[in-house]
Amino acid sequence: MDKFAPVKRSEDGQPVRYLIVDDSVFARKNLARMVETFGGQVIGEAGDGVSAISEYERLMPDIVLMDITMPQMEGIEAAEKIVRDHPSARIVMVSSVGYQENIVAALQRGARHFVQKPVKPEVLYEVIKYVMRDDGTTPRGAGAGAGA
Amino acid sequence: MRMDLIQPFINSADAVLAQGLESPITIENLSMEEEAYRRKGIAAEVCLTGEIEGRIIFDVDLGAAVQLASRLAGVEVSETNEELVREAVCELANQIIGNSVTTLNDQGFHFHVRPPTLHTSEQGSKSSEDTEALVMCFSTSSGNVFMNVALRHHRRRATERAAVAG
Repeated sequence: MDKFAPVKRSEDGQPVRYLIVDDSVFARKNLARMVETFGGQVIGEAGDGVSAISEYERLMPDIVLMDITMPQMEGIEAAEKIVRDHPSARIVMVSSVGYQENIVAALQRGARHFVQKPVKPEVLYEVIKYVMRDDGTTPRGAGAGAGA
Repeated sequence: MRMDLIQPFINSADAVLAQGLESPITIENLSMEEEAYRRKGIAAEVCLTGEIEGRIIFDVDLGAAVQLASRLAGVEVSETNEELVREAVCELANQIIGNSVTTLNDQGFHFHVRPPTLHTSEQGSKSSEDTEALVMCFSTSSGNVFMNVALRHHRRRATERAAVAG
């Protein structure tokens, strides 16, 4: 895997803390491996939208990487609920289902960006850098789009 | 079966497998199947509902599945680690079918995709006259990968949508 310069939190220079949400353990492990090469720290994982909300509340991560198609509660609905309570939450949707309607729905409901699977590390890296530069004051969806 | 519904699955399988394995893929065989589907290795099934309805079975020979899992995980995965191998097959199915669904939705077909589930029975349901199954065999550097696509296009639902949209 490529070598990436570590992405740090601007406020204290600490590693970016991630919550990874995907119903596939395999996909979660792959994403975890990827963000660790960006110098990030995976502080939690969840396998569905309901657990994602509770894990977000418990861990308050810097970034959530969220799948869309999941059992119980889908990723877009979970993202909407998280952002409603935590407007500064940084949520990046990571899904193989990347049609325009889905992307627009995700961005309108508070996601900061969208990356299509299979995830290319260099694409995710650029998205993470972009999202971490955003201090939460950027209007929702501005500058965002399909990353892959 | 309509080729415009099938082509995105072929393109997506080609792209996702080639990217995952970092080697070229060839389509070895393409056939219509009337008999019930017989599982060949580790298989995942994805169901679609909406204007396009049906199911896709993504089936990988065990040896190929182990190699695919190892390549995708970036670590050696043993045949005994069945759960990880199954997860890898499900995730590949998710990526290939998700990418195809993206193309079809952007072409104006509206439907919903359910999360992949393991297809554990030896035999699947028979295809019918209005839900023909197309079986594709992709040859990869790791072994054969099969995709069985049985879809039906509901023209009436598409027409109703268009009427509502005005």
